[in-house]
Amino acid sequence: MDIKFLTDIGFLLGSVGFVWGLKRLSSPDTARRGNMIASIGMGLAILSIIFAPLDKGDNNYAWVVGGLAVGAIIGYFMAMKVKMTAMPQMVSIFNGLGGACAVLIGMVELRHFYSGASTMTGGQIAISLSALLIGGIAFTGSMLAWFKLEDWLRDNSLILPKHSVFNMALLVVILAMGIYIYVQNVEAGMGLAVIFMILALLYGVSFVVPIGGADMPVVISLLNSFSGLSAASAGLIYGNNFMLVGGILVGASGTILTVLMCEAMNRSLLNVLIGGFGGSSAASKGASGDQVVKEVTLNDAAIQLFYSNSVMIVPGYGLAVAQAQKVCKEIDDLLESNGVDVKYAIHPVAGRMPGHMNVLLAEADVPYPKLLDLEDANAALKNTDIVVVVGANDVVNPSALDDPGSPIYGMPVLQVWDAKNTIVLKRSMNPGYAGIQNPLFFLEKTRMLFGDAKDTLSKLVTEIKNL
Amino acid sequence: MDGFIQFFEDYQLLIYLLVFTIILGFEVISKVPTVLHTPLMSGANAISGVVVIGGILLVRQAEAGDYFSLGLGLFGIIMGMVNATGGFAVTDRMLEMFKKKKKK
Repeated sequence: MDIKFLTDIGFLLGSVGFVWGLKRLSSPDTARRGNMIASIGMGLAILSIIFAPLDKGDNNYAWVVGGLAVGAIIGYFMAMKVKMTAMPQMVSIFNGLGGACAVLIGMVELRHFYSGASTMTGGQIAISLSALLIGGIAFTGSMLAWFKLEDWLRDNSLILPKHSVFNMALLVVILAMGIYIYVQNVEAGMGLAVIFMILALLYGVSFVVPIGGADMPVVISLLNSFSGLSAASAGLIYGNNFMLVGGILVGASGTILTVLMCEAMNRSLLNVLIGGFGGSSAASKGASGDQVVKEVTLNDAAIQLFYSNSVMIVPGYGLAVAQAQKVCKEIDDLLESNGVDVKYAIHPVAGRMPGHMNVLLAEADVPYPKLLDLEDANAALKNTDIVVVVGANDVVNPSALDDPGSPIYGMPVLQVWDAKNTIVLKRSMNPGYAGIQNPLFFLEKTRMLFGDAKDTLSKLVTEIKNL
Repeated sequence: MDGFIQFFEDYQLLIYLLVFTIILGFEVISKVPTVLHTPLMSGANAISGVVVIGGILLVRQAEAGDYFSLGLGLFGIIMGMVNATGGFAVTDRMLEMFKKKKKK
């Protein structure tokens, strides 16, 4: 058997590994195996491409193996070191690296072409350009998303006046330039390709600039999809089926998540991309200032919780910021030991990436059957004694249902007011990301508990232990 | 336009593959429980590390003295490999946490 045959089989098995692995990733019981299968698929493909016979080039194995080793070590190290609360950042960085790799491939292949070292069909030029564009957006967009998630950059510090107009104009310029390069074929020259790449990188930044805070899950899913599509484009440059399959699968999964996230906020993708909830909040009625909230003492809260029948915890980004997931689990255990039924209500866009809360609670050893999704949670809330809202705001805002003037009107929310009582843990009365007041806090059966989530929860633990 | 027709004719099989993979991708992943959104995303993210294959191909196809291609290609391989290894490893770490609490 010749080597080419073997390596081709390797690629085929690798693609099957990806599809099979992704299939298994969509069920909790088989997910870990699925991830393993997909990674074996990747390993097979890497081996195959190392041994596949080529008709040109000097192989340069030292460079290949060196790069693989360095990359694997760095990647493994990062993955083992990262804190679970920093997962959104990690995913963003990885998205960006995949995109950057596609950009480099596109640039090198275009340079070969323009320097006369290789030939390209018109189709290949177009594909290389799309690798530059999509990869470039995935790269700089993800880097900016990472900076925002680390809080190194205020959400609106870079927004230009008429930013969405600027974005649109930039995109039109980029596309027009792409068409020009394509039509000019070999005449266009490397200079134009470099400018095209720079504009694409710029667009990545300016496209993520206006999006922040609670819209992060949408952006990260979208960039995930882009990083896949850029890999697929790179695959098309080489006519490599395996890269195409892998890239497209990622593109599909990123797109599905993007759509899910948009649905969870009842907003169109375009609306999210243009950025910010702002504007329409003037008409909202929640803003009247003379309402008062009622606070609850730690001791009262502890008693209420300990002697209730059922408690529903609603975590939000505040839980992640305060890293309060483990204390949360402690309370859960204490209450369970007294026969209280503790569940968690997870809104799809709570936190800064899809499924953010699930990861944090999993880290704290909360069994996943206790995590209810939006529908199940809303059904269960009607029979819940006490809801504890930990650092969530917009996802529990009743205005979404009954105030057509509210910017979040129509967004599916957790109807915590159906429960008998609500305790809200919050740092201050500042409104959430959407910048709108939450009438929930003023309801007769709502009690507030101000302070850092972790701090407050630890004090609650002490109080409950003293009962 | 001729270019497009030519392209379509030349790459028909690849285009079929593209279209069917899109359909397959949506079918396979369409119903993901909320619990698994993050692992699915980071697992898929690792798969987008396939771009490393392109990096390897690029370096292998380069001539030994072509330091432009070798340098950028090396950089590409490193980034793609970080994406792939890191992605799979971190997904495994996450899923391990999801798993061990089943004992309850």
